[in-house]
Formats: sequence, structure tokens, C-alpha cells
Amino acid sequence: MSESIFNLTWLIPLPTALAFFAIILFANPKKRLSSKIAVGGVIIAWILSWAVAIMFFVNPEFTEQPFDLAVPWIPMGNIVFHMGVAVDAVTAGMLFMVGFVLTMIFIYSTGYMSFPGHLDPEKYPDAAKEGLDPRYSRFFAYISLFATGMLGLVVADNLLMLFIFWEIMGLCSYLLIGFWFDKSYPDPKQITPKAAGLKAFLTTRVGDVLFMMGLIFLFIHAGDLNFQNIFANQEFLHELSTTTVNLPFFGAVTWAGLISMLIFWGAIGKSAQFPLHVWLPDAMEGPTPVSALIHAATMVSAGVYLIVRMSPLFSAAAHGGSGVMMFVAFIGAFTALFAATIAVAQKDIKKVLAYSTISQLGYMFAALGIGAWVAAIIHLLIHAFFKSLLFMGSGSVIHGVHHGHEHAHAHGHGEGGHEEYFDPQDMFNMGGLLKRMPITAWTFIIGGASLSAFPLITAGFWSKDEILAHAWADGHMAVYWTLAAGAFLTAFYTFRQIFLTFFGSPRTEAAEHAPESVRSMTWPLVALAFFALFGGFVAVPEDFPVVGGLASDFLAKLMEMQGEFYGLHVAPARFDWTPALISMTLALSGIVVAWLVYGWKPLKAKQPDPLRRWLGPVYTVLENKYYFDELYYFIAVRPTLWLASFFYLFDRGVIDRIVNWVGAFNRWLARTLRRWIDEYIIDGAVNGVGLVTTWTGAVVRLIQTGQAQNYLLILLLSVVILLLLIPFGS
Amino acid sequence: MTVPLSWYLIFATALFSLGFFGVLSRRNAVAVLMGVELMLNAVNVNLVAFWRYLTPTDLSGQIFVVFVFTVAAAEAAVGLALMISIYRTRKTINVDEINDLKH
Repeated sequence: MSESIFNLTWLIPLPTALAFFAIILFANPKKRLSSKIAVGGVIIAWILSWAVAIMFFVNPEFTEQPFDLAVPWIPMGNIVFHMGVAVDAVTAGMLFMVGFVLTMIFIYSTGYMSFPGHLDPEKYPDAAKEGLDPRYSRFFAYISLFATGMLGLVVADNLLMLFIFWEIMGLCSYLLIGFWFDKSYPDPKQITPKAAGLKAFLTTRVGDVLFMMGLIFLFIHAGDLNFQNIFANQEFLHELSTTTVNLPFFGAVTWAGLISMLIFWGAIGKSAQFPLHVWLPDAMEGPTPVSALIHAATMVSAGVYLIVRMSPLFSAAAHGGSGVMMFVAFIGAFTALFAATIAVAQKDIKKVLAYSTISQLGYMFAALGIGAWVAAIIHLLIHAFFKSLLFMGSGSVIHGVHHGHEHAHAHGHGEGGHEEYFDPQDMFNMGGLLKRMPITAWTFIIGGASLSAFPLITAGFWSKDEILAHAWADGHMAVYWTLAAGAFLTAFYTFRQIFLTFFGSPRTEAAEHAPESVRSMTWPLVALAFFALFGGFVAVPEDFPVVGGLASDFLAKLMEMQGEFYGLHVAPARFDWTPALISMTLALSGIVVAWLVYGWKPLKAKQPDPLRRWLGPVYTVLENKYYFDELYYFIAVRPTLWLASFFYLFDRGVIDRIVNWVGAFNRWLARTLRRWIDEYIIDGAVNGVGLVTTWTGAVVRLIQTGQAQNYLLILLLSVVILLLLIPFGS
Repeated sequence: MTVPLSWYLIFATALFSLGFFGVLSRRNAVAVLMGVELMLNAVNVNLVAFWRYLTPTDLSGQIFVVFVFTVAAAEAAVGLALMISIYRTRKTINVDEINDLKH
């Protein structure tokens, strides 16, 4: 019986797909109906996901032979691509997280998108009247399609389907970042949603092209893209890691190394790792539920999921002497620290979270790079809970401040009537929101504590500690210290954000009048806060004092058992007090430093960030994100534009000329033919017939005099002639 | 002495030719009609001569002549009526001017 529930796996992506089609085809004009269809679809998907995931969790013996259900899909000669679904421990864990987070965010969206406050009420009178975003239905259609992409990606049993769902998510990401495509800002340097969507799409495209090359190479060697067939096949992996290929510039590399490197670039693009990280902060131009859903909890972690899936190949590549795992660890650790430093100097509440997402994904890649894929997947799952919580909390704050701003305006105690652009996302416009938005504030603080790895009571502590413990235990000291420094900064910027937003006194009228958000927005926060606190107990090391015995580290064990199937031997990290105490100390000291700077003496209105004074030019560099946007504009965008204008000139100067010349030649040819054939031959024949008829008529007309005597005379002559001819006739 | 058939035939030919000449050359429509009468009578002479010399027992020659007389009389009547009608509308019976067939 228990096995049979897995037969429902293929149904998981369907309800949201049907919801997408139902909305775009039928329900589009009815906004509230559209949101109900979408939420209904995702709830069904959630129930199915949890049924499958929990069934797997309670029957760990399924790890020995994971479930796989496939039907033939694309026959190509001797090879047949199969379309199928598979469930193993990684899938089950992802399903557990994705189904739940999706549902929470869908419910939250029904509240969040009911506030067209950013829109000009004169331009959208209907939206202002009914209190719904003018493209409310479209939003739910897009996120339903996105949910299909994510759930499909998780259950897919082969890389081709994974890639297809991967791209569906990329498309949805583009559509949703640019959802408010008609929005513009008074500051021309601030990126608009339209440009941000394009930037995200094009940047991830760089990674996706390399990813696809990796897939093609893998397919050439394996003749199959099914996960279980490839990654549980030790002989094949061994062969792949021993055969080499000569590349220009790189020399001889093993096929396993090349393929895993190419696929890793796909993950770099999708998970916004250095150097393709630039799109994610700008993706915050999308509606906040989108940031929570796509750009924090699910889609960006698809890159991590992909590398977890590919771990057998990566470890085979490492055994074959390829440095790809070191590269992954380097990129991950570097990004973790690098993004954390940028987050310190951001003033936009969502940008801080965006950089913290990049940083946390860096932790996961660092874990993958040192072989601790179990720690990576657990951190992925827990991060999704608390990061979607933080994002939705920030959305709730933005709503509150926006409402407060409108309230202040309506009652005339604004800045004396002159319209100044007010940024409801700027943390320096907030302050003191704890009393005004208690549910949002407390859940946000729980999420923030989890992100900062507040010791013992938060989920983030256990999952992050596991990564650090692995780095320490396996002797990756550089990775350990980089990540530990990142952990300090994480705690600092998270609590900087919390102190700036929720503590002290309100710095603007808007913050003064901010109301708590509606229940459809606060309840998902509470539900997620539960997981942000207690979700970590699946990852408590067994030999940790007191609590270790209670939790028994079941998820990590399950993953390790699954690893055996794929030939991955991960020794569970022994609990060690040294790294644990170091990371606890760093997290706590980050919080304390944040309190000293922002909590002890809260900032007054219009007071600049004290960090700016202390860090000086460094702060400016961080505020401008190390000028990476400018650098990429200089080395990538501008040459592309130059190239485009060069090709434009080439097009006009050469191609157009050739085309015009061919045209002129044809015109000349046509004119000549017209003269010689049409005018002389065809016209000549036609006119000739006419002329002959005219001449004949002119001659014959002469004998028609109208006088009967003439006719008689002709008759006489004819008879005479005939008579004279008679002798010749006979 | 008997008159041979050829004499009649020569006479009839001469008469026919005179009549035909009249038809072709006269400008007066009445004269043209008179020429037609001469031609008809030349034919009658032939018919009677052939009857008398070749088939004296058969009356068909004489009967044919009577028919020709009858038809000639009718023709003269209709022809003269046409002349009068033409004269009344056009004030002329000059055949050169009556060339409406051309149009």
C-alpha cells in the first residue's frame, strides 16, 4: 500500500498547471476567482507533496531502491527518452519544503496583491476602487505556472525534464520580476522592473547555455539522462572520470570534470553565485511574494538541488583528479562572504535580504564543494522556510509603511503638500514598527534569528552549524574561516535590519501610521515562523548534549542512506565543541555589534548610517555593490551595444547595398525583357493581327458599294469566269 | 424551210443580254425593271423553244412559261409599288443614290 502512494507523484505538478490554464483561458476577467483557482490548485499539490514526502520519511527502506515511474516519451533511433518521476530522499525533502512554502506564499499573495498602492489611481481607476492589482489574475497565473515548474523540477527523474522545468521557472522569473513593467522611478539610475526582468533573464542565460552543453556531453557519453541510471552506475562514473579530453587553454581534463564544471555554471547562474550574482538583487523589483517564492525559497535553490543531484558525478570527478569540487567550494565560500559584505551597506529592506540569499546559497555551495551534500540540502530546506518568512515579513512591512504614508498624506500631516518621492522600502524611513505591526515584527525577528544562526533555539543554527562542522572536521580551514566571517556579518546585517525597522522610534510619518497587515498575510508568517524555529531539529547532531538524543538527526540519516545508493559515502560529522563555540560566538557577537550600532542609540530621522562615518570609502564601495553592475556594463553591455551598432552599420553599408544592387539588376532585366519581348514580340503579334484585319477590311470594303447593280455586275463576271473555267475543270 | 432551234436560242440570248445590259446600265429604276422584264421574256422564249423542239408531248414547258408570266406580273406590280414608295420618301428613283445596303 505504502508504495502505491508514490504512483501519485506524477500528479504533483498537475493541479497548478491546470490552474494556470484555467486562469489564462477562462477565469482571467474574474480576479477573485482566479486567485481561488490558484490557491486551490496549490493546496492540492501541497497535500500530494506531503503525502509522498511523509510516506518516504516513515519508510526509510525506500532509499535502497528509489521509486521511479517512467513512460517512453521521445524515441530517437535506438535511444528512447523517458518522461518520468522519481522519489528519493532528496526529492522527498524538497517536496516537503516546496509544497508547504508554495502554499503559504500563494495565500500571502492574495493579501499582498490586493494593494495597488504603488499605482496611479487616475491611470487605474478600477484597481483603486476594487482594491486589487489590475493584473491580479495574471499574477496568479504566473505563479501557478512557476509552481508547476518547481514541483516538476523536483519530481523529474531525468536531466532533460529537469532542464525543461528549469527553463519554465526562468521564464516565470522573468515575467514576474517585470510584473509591474510600467513602473518607473524619479531616479534614472534606479533599475526599473522591466530592465530588471531582462537583466535576470539574460544573466541566467549565460549559465544555462553552459548547463545545456554539459547536458549534451553527458548524454553523448551516457546515452541516457535518467538520474538513477547515470549516478548509481559506478562503472560509468569511473570511466567518465578517467577518460580525458583536450581543451584549448585548459589542457587535458577528464570528461567528468568538464561536464560537472559546465553544469555547475548553470547552477551559478540560477543560484546567483559570483560572478553571475548581479541579477538577484535587481530581481527585487518584482512583487514581494515573488521575491520570497522565486528569488529566495525555491527557484534559486534549484541550482543547489541540481548540484546535490549531480553529487555522484562531482565526487567521481574529484576522484579523477579534477579540481571542480574545489572550484565549487571556492565560489560558494567566496560568494557567502562577498554578498554578506554588500548586505551590510544596503538601505533597501529587500536588497539586504537579496544579498543574504546570495550569501546563504554560497554556504550551500561551499558545503557541496567540501562534499557535505547532506548539510547542503538540509540548509537549503531550512533556509527556504526562514528566508521566505523574512521576505514575506519585509513585504508586510512595506505594505504597512505604504499604508502609513497614504494615511499621513490623507490627513495632511505630510511634508506640507510638496510631492516628494517616498521609498517605502528604505529602512531609514522606518523604525519603531514593533508596536505597530507586532505579528510581522515578531515573526520577522524569529526569521532573522534563524538567519543569524542564533544558538540552540533556531533552525538556522543547526543547519549552518552542520556546514561549519563539516568544514572544520574535514580540515577545510580556509572554507571554515571564510564562512565563519560570513556568519558574523550575517548576524550583523540581519540585526541591523531588525533594529532599523522595528526598534527605536518612527523616523517618518509613514512609519508612525503603519498598520498591521491583513490576516491572509500574517498567518503564513506565523506558520513559517514555526518551521524557522523548530525545523532545525531534524538536523541536530545525535551526539549533541541533551537535545541530540531527542531529535536523533533523522533527516541527515535518511539522506546518508540515500547517498549509499548513489555511492556517496558521507561520514556524519562528529560533534565538536570548538567550531560550534566559534560559530556561536561569532553569531552572538554579530548581534551584539548590531545592537551597539543601531539598537543602543536608535537613529533619529534623517540621521545617516553611522557605518558610513566609520567605514568611509569602504562603505561607498559596499553600497555600490563593488561596482559590479558598472563593471559588467563596461565589459559586457557596452561592447555588445558597440557590436550591435557595428553590425547595424555593416548591415546598412554592405548587406543593404548588395540587396539594393540585386534589386536594381532585376529592375534593369525586367525593363530589357519588357522592351525586347513584350514590346516587339507579344505586342507585335497582337498589333499584327489587328493590322491584317484592318487591311483586309479596307480592301474588302471597296466592293460593298450598296448598289445592287454593282453586285449584279460582280455576279455576271463570276459566272463568266466560272463558265470559262469549265473546260479546265473537266 | 424550218427554223432551227439555235436561231431561237441565239435570239433569246440576245434578248437576255439586252435586258441584263439594261439592268446594269440604266440609272432609272423603272428602266432597270424593264430590263428585268426583257430577261424574263428571254427565258420564256427559251422555255417555249425547248418545249417545241425537244419535248412537244410534255406540257411542263408551257406551264412554266405561264408561271413566269404570273410571277413577272406580280414582280412588276411589287417593283413599281416599291419605286413609288421610294420616290415618295427620297424624291428620286436613281439607283445610284439608293445605296442604303451599304450601311
